Amino acid sequence: MKALILVGGFGTRLRPLTLTLPKPLVEFGNKRMILHQIEALAAVGVTDIVLAVNYRPEIMEKYLAEYEQQFGINITISIESEPLGTAGPLKLAEKVLTKDDSPFFVLNSDVTCEYPLKELAEFHKSHGDEGTIVVTKVEEPSKYGVIVHKPNHPSRIDRFVEKPVEFVGNRINAGIYILNTSVLKRIELRPTSIEHETFPAMAKDGQLHSFDLEGFWMDVGQPKDFLTGTCLYLSSLSKKGSKLLTPPTEPYVHGGNVMIDPSAKIGKNCRIGPNVTIGPDVVVGDGVRLQRCVLMAGSKVKDHAWVKSTIVGWNSTVGRWARLENVTVLGDDVTIGDEVYVNGGSILPHKTIKSNVDVPAIIM
Amino acid sequence: MSLQIPLRERSNGVAGATKAVILVGGASRGTRFRPLSLDVPKPLFDVAGHPIIWHCLTAIEKVPSIQEVYLIGYYEESVFRDFIKDASTQFPNLTIKYLREYQALGTAGGLYHFRDAILKGRPEHIFVLNSDVCCSFPLNEMLKLAQEKDAEAVILGTRVSEEAATNFGCIVSDAHTRRVLHYVEKPESYISNLINCGVYLFSTDAIFPSIRTAIKRRTDRPRLASYRSSENLASSFMLDDEAESEKNEVIRLEQDILSDMADNKQFFVYETKDFWRQIKTAGSAIPANALYLQKAMQNGSQELAPPSANIIPPVYIHPTAHVHPTAKLGPNVSIGPRATVDAGARVKESIVLEDAEIKHDACVLYSIIGWSSRVGAWARVEGTPTPVTSHNTSIVKNGVKVQAITILGKECAVGDEVRVQNCVCLPFKELKRDVANEVIM
Repeated sequence: MKALILVGGFGTRLRPLTLTLPKPLVEFGNKRMILHQIEALAAVGVTDIVLAVNYRPEIMEKYLAEYEQQFGINITISIESEPLGTAGPLKLAEKVLTKDDSPFFVLNSDVTCEYPLKELAEFHKSHGDEGTIVVTKVEEPSKYGVIVHKPNHPSRIDRFVEKPVEFVGNRINAGIYILNTSVLKRIELRPTSIEHETFPAMAKDGQLHSFDLEGFWMDVGQPKDFLTGTCLYLSSLSKKGSKLLTPPTEPYVHGGNVMIDPSAKIGKNCRIGPNVTIGPDVVVGDGVRLQRCVLMAGSKVKDHAWVKSTIVGWNSTVGRWARLENVTVLGDDVTIGDEVYVNGGSILPHKTIKSNVDVPAIIM
Repeated sequence: MSLQIPLRERSNGVAGATKAVILVGGASRGTRFRPLSLDVPKPLFDVAGHPIIWHCLTAIEKVPSIQEVYLIGYYEESVFRDFIKDASTQFPNLTIKYLREYQALGTAGGLYHFRDAILKGRPEHIFVLNSDVCCSFPLNEMLKLAQEKDAEAVILGTRVSEEAATNFGCIVSDAHTRRVLHYVEKPESYISNLINCGVYLFSTDAIFPSIRTAIKRRTDRPRLASYRSSENLASSFMLDDEAESEKNEVIRLEQDILSDMADNKQFFVYETKDFWRQIKTAGSAIPANALYLQKAMQNGSQELAPPSANIIPPVYIHPTAHVHPTAKLGPNVSIGPRATVDAGARVKESIVLEDAEIKHDACVLYSIIGWSSRVGAWARVEGTPTPVTSHNTSIVKNGVKVQAITILGKECAVGDEVRVQNCVCLPFKELKRDVANEVIM
């Protein structure tokens, strides 16, 4: 089987992290975002993956080569010379995707969920039509494009309603599809949207079905959602009793959902959790309080610091008695001085912060 | 009834007896020191481990010719009883008495009212200290200047920024002779950056007649309520009869005496280059605490905690306080009696009062933690540093004037992990959520 992952740009919404690494290489739950998707695809027998990007991803090639080896798959990078929207990249990758007649998966690289690809492929095969899109239930459908099914049919899509004023349904496109190769005939090689052009046409022909997603779903394209998505991911691991999580019997684990890389060092009298991810080679000092935060590889949180709703970027240092909160994001190699308070600061790489950031601000 | 100034020979070069008066005010004054003055009279508030007026007494004790000190104010008798008892043992060479005004007489009016007591023993000079100033009180230097110049009055002056000057009494002096040429209290326009420190030395021969003249002038002609400038003159008004008779005896040194002295008397200024701050608002206790601690450090005081990895000097820790060895304190921190600072806590530029408790890993910066208050684990109680030269304890944040120093009144509680910034919290409040830039009633 084959798959295409829509990566798009460098991920400016996830800056300052993406000033250092392209978004697919940013770790989510101590695993690079792209690896979550590659693993899920490889697990259902995908052998050829196309990464649709619109920048020159030199830094990615090294990692992708490693993953090709690890999973015994081929990864092709398809570079758009001009942005082709969400459908154009499929046409651009037609050669790989039409290698055989089997259907192919399409994933958005911003999305995290439990990737029920096996069930999706089975369901797609069972209805025999051209395409299936994964849908997720939302609380406020008025903010999204909502799916409306054919009368008296559980899965065949009738139409899409963009930001409905009146309730027409609560299922939205989750950004994960499985499509027959015939769909490529519907797409022209130009900037074009799969959501607004390809899918409505397929729905009109009765060729598009929906597949309900079990479990969590989150677009983690920006820091706030990255943190929320991490919470959902950790909760999901916790429910499954995953060994990736640190056992709650550890004295410092508070409220569960804590993932700590084995190479990280944790000091005395810390209180960690809930919803904390600690990456490789991280050093956490004594008396540190962490909750709802991500500490990227090589970062350091010194004694008595208090960190909440924050992403601490790679190799960054948080000073003693510092306090970070309210979606603070530290880029690579940032230093927060002792006793400094940062409220919703986005700190660009290699900066040193010596005085309080009292109100949310971008520190260039 | 006229005042008889006792005749006495000038002792050639030998200083006559000197007395000191500390003006302590009363409970209805010093409202700007709330919420701390709700629980303790401002003159008795501890900075650098001792009541504000204790610092005055240490300076007074260094003047050999002083044996008697009067506290003049209108607090109840009982207020200073314990302090005077303690001070008498700590300053065995001084006799300290509290003289209570039954109505507020003004700074000069109070002096005059108690003239018999003050003049007993025929002192040649009296020092008059406002209790709400923090400085090194260079009293011997002032006395020396008085003797050199045969002065009738010496005022302690200090230089401040031009912008700040008009908030104080301003002194124009002759640069060579140091004689005061002009004195004006809080002028509307800039006149001089040499300001009144609220510390005076008067010859007894000069001050009481001056006050009497001021009282006489008051009785003879009604006084304008406001006479600061010609601009103000238009809007000024005569005090009505009732208010006048009531206020007749209110004579203030600054407004009613000093200006005349500049005209008629041998009035000199001693300019201090050392620190000086007013202690008006509660927040101003923080710079005062810092300055007195630094002074104690310079003097090699044995009272201060010895510097170490976790003690950044100067730090004062009361002998009965409990500070965990992993807690980091300083600079400019005072920890009061029986206060506790738990493991891994951080206290900087702050005063922690009696019986207060700082839980583990908490962080207290630029704040005053009231008596028996509690700061929870990983909580952060924080003020904002103000420039060293600033005489202002408020700052502007997002266009709003807020107190720079965070103050928790008596028996307040800050929950675990809660953050309190630039707040003033009245006594007995519990803070369970993060707060910033507020007064909490």
